[in-house]
Amino acid sequence: MSGCPFGGGQQPPAGTHSDASEASPETSDGGTRRLSRRGLLGLAGVGGAGAVAGIAAGLLGHDALAAAAAPPAANDSVIPFFGDRQAGITTAAQDRLHMAAFDVTTEDRAALIDLLKDWTAAAAAMTAGRTTGTTGAVDGPYDAPPEDTGEALDLDAGRLTITFGFGGSLFEKDGKARFGLDGKRPDALIDLPHFPGDALESARTGGDIVVQACADDPQVAVHAIRNLARIGFGKTRVRWSQLGFGRTSSTSRAQQTARNLFGFKDGTNNLKAEDTALLDEHVWAGAGSRAGEAWMEGGSYLVSRRIRMHIEIWDRTSLREQEGLIGRTKGEGAPLSGGKEFTAPDFGIKGNDGEPLIAMDSHVRLAHADQNDGVRMLRRGYNYTDGSDGLGHLDAGLFFIAFVKDPRTHYVPMQMTMAKEDVLALEYLKHTGSGLFAVPPGVKQGGFVGEGLFA
Amino acid sequence: MPGLTSPKIRRTAGARLAVVAATAVLPLALASCTDNASANPSGTTDGPIQVTSTDADCKVSAAEAPSGNLTFAVKNDGAEVTEFYVLAEDGLRIVAEVENIGPGITRNLVLTAPAGKYITACKPGMKGDGIRADFTVKDSGKQATADADLQKLVDTGVTQYTAYVKDQTEQLVAGTKEFAAAYAAGDAAKAKSLYAATRMHWERIEPVAESFGDLDPKLDAREADLEPGQKWTGWHRAEKDLFPPAGYKELTAAERAAISKQLVADTEELSTRTRTVKLSADKLGNGAKELLDEVARGKVTGEEEIWSHTDLWDFQANVDGARIAFENLKPALQQKDAALAKDLDAKFSALQAELKNHAKGDGFAYYNELSKDEVQQLSALVDALGEPLSKLTAAVVL
Ligand SMILES: [Cu+2]
Repeated sequence: MSGCPFGGGQQPPAGTHSDASEASPETSDGGTRRLSRRGLLGLAGVGGAGAVAGIAAGLLGHDALAAAAAPPAANDSVIPFFGDRQAGITTAAQDRLHMAAFDVTTEDRAALIDLLKDWTAAAAAMTAGRTTGTTGAVDGPYDAPPEDTGEALDLDAGRLTITFGFGGSLFEKDGKARFGLDGKRPDALIDLPHFPGDALESARTGGDIVVQACADDPQVAVHAIRNLARIGFGKTRVRWSQLGFGRTSSTSRAQQTARNLFGFKDGTNNLKAEDTALLDEHVWAGAGSRAGEAWMEGGSYLVSRRIRMHIEIWDRTSLREQEGLIGRTKGEGAPLSGGKEFTAPDFGIKGNDGEPLIAMDSHVRLAHADQNDGVRMLRRGYNYTDGSDGLGHLDAGLFFIAFVKDPRTHYVPMQMTMAKEDVLALEYLKHTGSGLFAVPPGVKQGGFVGEGLFA
Repeated sequence: MPGLTSPKIRRTAGARLAVVAATAVLPLALASCTDNASANPSGTTDGPIQVTSTDADCKVSAAEAPSGNLTFAVKNDGAEVTEFYVLAEDGLRIVAEVENIGPGITRNLVLTAPAGKYITACKPGMKGDGIRADFTVKDSGKQATADADLQKLVDTGVTQYTAYVKDQTEQLVAGTKEFAAAYAAGDAAKAKSLYAATRMHWERIEPVAESFGDLDPKLDAREADLEPGQKWTGWHRAEKDLFPPAGYKELTAAERAAISKQLVADTEELSTRTRTVKLSADKLGNGAKELLDEVARGKVTGEEEIWSHTDLWDFQANVDGARIAFENLKPALQQKDAALAKDLDAKFSALQAELKNHAKGDGFAYYNELSKDEVQQLSALVDALGEPLSKLTAAVVL
């Protein structure tokens, strides 16, 4: 419901704005097209519920007038946080990412549950365009540091989504169960195998809890992770985090196919929010085979891989070679077998040397569902650049994110094939970070993230 | 082992030396280097010459063009895979071609054509003689091609490089036997002293050696390249045993003997197979570029020889292999693009001079002895060479 109720990219119709049931002033005033994050002192409620929206300076003119005429809840910068499914999965991919993985440093179950409640409240506030805490960024006591860090004041919600997932190490470490979660680790939440060529750095890999913040404004995404990290200090510490820009996938038919840093269209064949039957088949997790994993029903599994691209080497590669490696044209994105971008690739069609036009070891062929037992995934990766590496080369690539029903069937076999046979991967890519997380279903009003796990 | 296979070698296996073609998809990107896009005395064309290939027709938007670089934008409007050829007046010799154009796709064919009479042909379905038409290139006064001996120069270069590959594989086999014997006998000191020097013969011809997708991993897989359950053999298996990291459990004599035996057998197999590899100018050019890529990817970062730290030996060998390929193509390149030849000469010399600064005795400093500044300096020189080197193939083949 909240993830993408009516197809990503479309605005939720009036009345479906699930925050409305919170009865917070912002949503009931409905008229402000852009919500201010400025809270008002004295309005109580953890998570900023009850803060009153002001109209940000500078928006008073045209926007306020336009907004007055707009129907209630037409705020297209807000993606509902509460719902049957977490937002940020089928939500039309935003432009920016800040993802962080946390290690839980306490072993106290109650403390962990408190943290998840606090995070839930903060996430609900921030995704609605509000500040965190009861007093926000500027309305607290003068002699205390502000509760909210404030860098998102005056910005709208930016279609922020915050998506939580749990790593295998939350359930057990060194063979010992943690937080009383014996038997609760889903069978599908495996430890990923070593894939050939992996050059994983431990400081970029794993983590007990992952938080994916996506927004159209990088400042909004960074604000979200920063404030969650701050709330977590003492109970968690950030294990790794990653900024991403330039979504490399489209998750809705309303979106254009984006390009990755190799300059090729990426995600042409991706699962889309509109493909509801396929999402049920390939993305949403079922109840599992044991009672202990039933809490995951309606959730999904998030695979993250930090894939460094050898950009400079790629740039010295002939167009013939580039297109051959990908299996598509660079300009239009058409499969080399012919047609246009969305034409289905014909893997059988051969050239005059008797070799298929789409090479056996091309990326498109190896990644295609036809070559992978028909399995598909929903990808919502981002380009990243972490500056340069000290040798004058861009530390840049693809931060791959995919949501799948079961990584054992929907990720591992394909990645094993790619790591072995995809010449693109062999010559131009290096996997430097990795994560696999169980993403629980959505949060109901009054509930908290992962509630079912602790029930 | 940076890659299991070499797409550059493999993908161009069907390309003939006579093919004087480069393809591109974006006509605009090429406008700056096409003469027929600008001054055009005969007024026959404006921008790339448009070719529309259907199942029954081959429309060429102009019947003549001024000499110099010509660009044909070939659009396949038919239902079958098509090809486009520019043939010499005799209708037999292929001057340039673009192959394997899928339905709906446009590919550019860029060629350098001297004045003369030609024949164009679309070949829908890739069968038969194609749908042909006459085409005239008029003298524009521009030097449109090198002299007629160019083909001979290229052929000579390819022959020389083929001989080089043969010589290196022979030395590799001999060196490997000596190394394997010492290693199997437990003479670690001798094996260590032979390790890096012997591998240089492999690294010099790496693009050719890597073209055998089954042998390459057996001989050169690094531990990180393995998949779960895969047997680890080859040079780096021995490397780890000879230069053991802390906490490493050494192999038994029997295990060493087995690895040695396998190493020799696989190397001999490699030697046999390289005898039948057909080389061509584009393979030399792409192979040279690829060797530099190997340096940039694995050697300059110290990843290739993670235990022995003998990366600079590999580095030098990759540069050797690239330079020999370049030298073999140089006489042809000097005719086609003398400035590029000069530039490459200078960049190879600069890199070689810097490598020499790290020479020690018969070999080199260990990679972990280099300072950050020294690694940066080497990396910058590799990039400086890699960029013009990536233009070598098109310059010679076009
Ligand atoms: Cu991909």
